[in-house]
Amino acid sequence: MQQTVEFHDRADRALHNPQIRSNFRYAMDGLMYKRKLSFPDLDELNRLRLRSAEIRANALVNLPELLEQLERRCNENGIQVHWAESVEEANAIVLGIMNRHNAKLLIKGKSMVSEEMELNRYLEQHGIECLESDLGEYILQLAGEPPSHIVAPAIHKSRQQIAQLFKEKFPEIPYTDDVDTLTRNARQILRRKFYDAPVGLSGVNFAVAETGTICLVENEGNGRMCTTVPPVHIAVTGIEKVVEKLSDIPPLLSILPRSATGQHITTYFNMITSPRKPDEKDGPDEVHLVLLDNGRSRIYRDEELIATLRCIRCGACMNHCPVYTRIGGHAYGTTIPGPIGSILEPQKAGLDRHGDLPTASTLCGACGEVCPVRIPIPELLNRLRFERVRQDHTGVTIGQGSQRNPWEARIWKGWSWMHANPAIYRLSIRIATGLRRLLPKRLGAWTRVRSAPRLAAKSLHTLAREKGFDHE
Amino acid sequence: MSLRKTYPKKPEQVYFFGTCLVDMLYPEAGLAGMQLLRREGVNVIYPQNQTCCGQPAWNSGYRDEARRVALTQMACFPQAYPIVVPSGSCAGMMRHHYPALFHGTPQHDAALAFSDRVFELTEFLSRVLKITLSDLGEPVKVALHVSCSARREMGVAGEHQALLEQLKNVELVAQGRSEECCGFGGTFAVKHPEISAAMVEEKATELVATGADSLVSGDCGCLMNITGHLEHRNEKLRGSHIASFLWERTHAADS
Ligand code: SF4
Repeated sequence: MQQTVEFHDRADRALHNPQIRSNFRYAMDGLMYKRKLSFPDLDELNRLRLRSAEIRANALVNLPELLEQLERRCNENGIQVHWAESVEEANAIVLGIMNRHNAKLLIKGKSMVSEEMELNRYLEQHGIECLESDLGEYILQLAGEPPSHIVAPAIHKSRQQIAQLFKEKFPEIPYTDDVDTLTRNARQILRRKFYDAPVGLSGVNFAVAETGTICLVENEGNGRMCTTVPPVHIAVTGIEKVVEKLSDIPPLLSILPRSATGQHITTYFNMITSPRKPDEKDGPDEVHLVLLDNGRSRIYRDEELIATLRCIRCGACMNHCPVYTRIGGHAYGTTIPGPIGSILEPQKAGLDRHGDLPTASTLCGACGEVCPVRIPIPELLNRLRFERVRQDHTGVTIGQGSQRNPWEARIWKGWSWMHANPAIYRLSIRIATGLRRLLPKRLGAWTRVRSAPRLAAKSLHTLAREKGFDHE
Repeated sequence: MSLRKTYPKKPEQVYFFGTCLVDMLYPEAGLAGMQLLRREGVNVIYPQNQTCCGQPAWNSGYRDEARRVALTQMACFPQAYPIVVPSGSCAGMMRHHYPALFHGTPQHDAALAFSDRVFELTEFLSRVLKITLSDLGEPVKVALHVSCSARREMGVAGEHQALLEQLKNVELVAQGRSEECCGFGGTFAVKHPEISAAMVEEKATELVATGADSLVSGDCGCLMNITGHLEHRNEKLRGSHIASFLWERTHAADS
């Protein structure tokens, strides 16, 4: 129950931080608006969501075969494939590659899997410098903070806060809070590093089994730099990112940026199918693909929960989540925040650690409504609420039943007994309505911001009888 | 999940499932819903053994407890009549979640057949009864809050709005972020009171900013949450259930 306290504390702190509140509100309003504008035709959106969900679901049904096919194709193309069951294994693989090249600097494009691995910290412990080249990630690296959003990692910071950070870290650069100038400054600092770094690292948006192609969606060109300038490129990804065919990519590419930022297409889209060939002018000499499991194959074993793995990491569910909008990404205390984080992270790390997250939702359904691959997030939140208190220990989720509290369980038993015995229910209501003036005016946290609900003098059961409605 | 594609013809009889919140806190809304149905020439049956749809336990992960309560409800409505529910949330539970609740149990088929008979009130009034309303009330500005389950699970936001638009003296006012949740979420408001409070505060601010005289919603959970907060803030804006609102504006005092 440690986590319970922590989540509440972090959420409360965010709720009482006006800067956090306004930064998220403003940014999420903007992202929701842009998404809406980019899907003017709702029929097209629905068709595209159906198609995208189908592509991802099919890929998951055949995941073991597709992963083998991906490995074969990659090997044929000269991409070296590494399998990592755990974060520790994945980190060791990256370190091994770095050491083989005697590399002391890793330049990184944006990768949530590398966040999951806590790769930067690991490599730094081994004397290797990591440099984030995505602007948002770079800002966070300067600030020493984790991402608060999967697409816009520094979204919790305002322009002024970023300007202030630059002033502290680079006193020699004249202060500015102009976005273009700030970006230009960061770009100049980073540019030089691309040529110094012997190894570049990137994430993966889709890995195509048919052709052995690594697809990378990005806006800043840093992804292309990371994957083409250094002599070695390492791509890290979760095993679920595979799709079957190259022809699966266009629908996904059409829906991903629109769902994420409202862009019809990102500025860069990279497809990497091999290291540099003899007659090619650029590209790395070596390409490595690290495939990380870290609990995914366990999620895969449950026929309902497997839908979690369809995610294409667009961020739309968090942009539209009224809870995320209030508390921001850091409150979740996980790599991936928001609705998808609330279903994914407890499954990966266990309900004993993140048992509170599935409850941190009103089940309003906004996430499920916008998810481009139609993950039924509210249903899965409900399912995990069941897992967190179930007693039979027959499912695959770690930490099953760990949040069951005997006192709460007894309340539900009593509640169930009363509502399954109509005579008892009617009697209770009659007593309650009769004594309604004696009921408390304060009801814990409810009445801190609300007046107490008032019981009616007569229940509908009574009124219906009095007004002559049939009862059978 | 959304509105169904085809609707039955107007039946002679319907069942009314009042919901536990309406039963205890807003019985006049339930009664208004039943009177609206009866005025259309439909015989309304209110089984006295009904209690609660089971949603609170279902959403808290207590599935055995929820099933037990759901079975009690299913036993209350034995005939093949439609079951009309004055709540998007409880209708959503009975229509969309009962099949999941009984998945893999011997009652699954019965749950499917049952859920197919469930209608949200505004959906039933406009799609099945094709009700026409004539407004007898004074001009009034109204803000409509559609609950998340009415909007997303039942797909009846348009039905709520269309019914209010039939009232010629009612001006529906636009509100910012109308599609955002009010922060009730059943046990969510108890488990995460601070987040819930932040949500209802912003929702109330948007609603007050509309300058509406009255707030209307099809779900009592949202009403209890929003109007409770409005009262706490001493705002003038008052709320009512859409059934009460429609009934009060369309029935002659002596009828
Ligand atoms: S769950 Fe759906 S909406 Fe959320 S990030 Fe993944 S794909 Fe996007």
